[in-house]
Amino acid sequence: MAALAEGSGLDARAAVRAVLEQRAGEPGALLPILHDIQDGLGHIPADLVPEIAEALNLSRAEVHGVVTYYHHFRAEPAARHVIQICRAEACQSMGAEALLAHAQLRLGCGAHGTSKDGTITLEPVYCLGLCASSPAMMLDDEPHARVTPRTFDALVAQARSES
Amino acid sequence: MSITLYVPRDSAALAAGADRVARRIAQEASARGLDLQLVRNGSRGMFWLEPLVEVATPAGRVAYGPVTVDDVAGLFDAGFLEGAAHALHLGPTEDIPYLKKQERLTFARMGITDPVSLTDYQAHEGFAGLRRALAMAPADIVQQVLDSGLRGRGGAAFPAGIKWKTVLATPAAQKYIVCNADEGDSGTFSDRMTMEGDPFMLIEGMTIAGIATGATMGYVYVRSEYPHAIAAMNEAIRRAEAAGFLGNDILRSGKRFSLEVRKGAGSYVCGEETALLESLEGKRGIVRAKPPLPAITGLFGQPTLINNVITLASVPLILARGAEFYRDFGVGRSRGTLPMQLAGNIKYGGLVEKAFGVTLRELLYDYGGGSASGRPIKAVQVGGPLGAYLPETQWDLPLDYEAYAAVGGTVGHGGIVVHDDTADLSKLARYAMEFCAIESCGKCTPCRIGSIRGVEVIDKIRANQNRPEQVILLRDLCSTMVNGSLCAMGGMTPFPVLSALDHFPEDFGLVVPDRKAA
Repeated sequence: MAALAEGSGLDARAAVRAVLEQRAGEPGALLPILHDIQDGLGHIPADLVPEIAEALNLSRAEVHGVVTYYHHFRAEPAARHVIQICRAEACQSMGAEALLAHAQLRLGCGAHGTSKDGTITLEPVYCLGLCASSPAMMLDDEPHARVTPRTFDALVAQARSES
Repeated sequence: MSITLYVPRDSAALAAGADRVARRIAQEASARGLDLQLVRNGSRGMFWLEPLVEVATPAGRVAYGPVTVDDVAGLFDAGFLEGAAHALHLGPTEDIPYLKKQERLTFARMGITDPVSLTDYQAHEGFAGLRRALAMAPADIVQQVLDSGLRGRGGAAFPAGIKWKTVLATPAAQKYIVCNADEGDSGTFSDRMTMEGDPFMLIEGMTIAGIATGATMGYVYVRSEYPHAIAAMNEAIRRAEAAGFLGNDILRSGKRFSLEVRKGAGSYVCGEETALLESLEGKRGIVRAKPPLPAITGLFGQPTLINNVITLASVPLILARGAEFYRDFGVGRSRGTLPMQLAGNIKYGGLVEKAFGVTLRELLYDYGGGSASGRPIKAVQVGGPLGAYLPETQWDLPLDYEAYAAVGGTVGHGGIVVHDDTADLSKLARYAMEFCAIESCGKCTPCRIGSIRGVEVIDKIRANQNRPEQVILLRDLCSTMVNGSLCAMGGMTPFPVLSALDHFPEDFGLVVPDRKAA
């Protein structure tokens, strides 16, 4: 019962049902469905996996397998803002490692973690396609190029003032 | 009279502040009572100049860059709307040597047009290929692609026409065209630029592929890291449908073809064609064993043509100008051009489209201007995370598929990542194994376990624990991965590792007399 009490509320369930109703008939619908759910709720609540599975005539294990296979899908909500710092080769050649270390220190969390004040989740990412303007990062859906520790701090301060 | 101004909407321009510059220009113009038409074009691909603002003057387009918000008022004061002199004045855009020396076939419209304007697209040869294809028999379209010598631009370089021919020859009630836009290689962005800066070209290429092979449904599988590309593709598809370039009766020919964008979810291995098909079917992106080939049993078990963005985007021009036109560029068995991407520690990074046969040295110095740090260039990784690290002795090779394969390298998707002399190649080799461990789909053992053992062995080499023995072990492990992996993920991860070890043994603590042991 405790698990139920801690589970997703009615709103989340209704949102998932709406997505399923709209998309369950599409060919290969699982990824689009998971994207819609995560875009709406911020994550894929584990207690709603059985409902998704049933709508698609899949086993719970199959849906769980897909949710956990892809780096993009998260079982827990992220903070209000997500920073993705590229750590692929092109960005490494321009100091991405140092930038990631700076970000961890400044936010007080590790990669895949959330800052101490709970406003920013830090994710490493493997290429944003901004390889001629390295090092690169995304703040939510906004790309930033040639990021220095100073510009990083300014972006963080700006994001925090908005949240 | 209204003046037309261009501020790019490409992600790399946005990352440099193009939206803020565009807003400031609009504010400044309205404060001065000027009638401006602001076009958000694609990028010309000279990223050190972004945001690159262009003004249409009677003498042609004049460029200014890189423009910051603080430069805008001064540009107005200097009279940049008439193309006047200013510290950021670069002259006529087309005369900038970086652009002028290129051979832009696939990227001919890039940065020139409004990416989602059908009028612009058609004013620049757009849909000429589709119109020709609609008047041809499917087998003749396939023959054009075969004759052009076009090879898969995603990395594997398989002759495109053979795939097309196989799909055409395989009867089925439903066939599919799938565009692999899961551009995950570090140092590459030509797919992203195409989708953001000239999406109709990809739509046209896929539509021609559909007509040629009998496929009526197409999917563009775009990585989730590219939100702007996804938005531009969706917008372009919507407009193309509304204007009758897609749908149930393409240009009243009676032929039908529909397109849908599908978003990836952060898995590198989904760039492998069979893993991508699994992902499109709503499953984990696990590699399939081949055969069966996707051309025969592909998406949902049906014949499927799966090609990279640049491969499909090359097709409209081949159809519009003829196979011979395209084939006349290039060398040996590498025909046509390759949009190469200069990235990493490079002064003038960007998109350079040239015919095959150009050398890395020309690209690094004549175009790239050397390293961004000003330090000597030490190693260049060509072809993405699975490509070899090339030392200076190999920079004079002609860039073509066979010449690179002969030295254990790969041209791949044309990504060129530059490292200066502060790079530690043992660290980069370790990263190659680490990346493989993170991204392995897990189906085959050499990749899944080999990559983790690879990280451990390189750690021991770096820490000087039984170094000579560990080097032997690493080579043995690499041989197992190359020969035993199911796909290129595990099969090519040894390329960067072994090239680092072979060409930069000192970074692994192997002194020159030990070179033989290495």
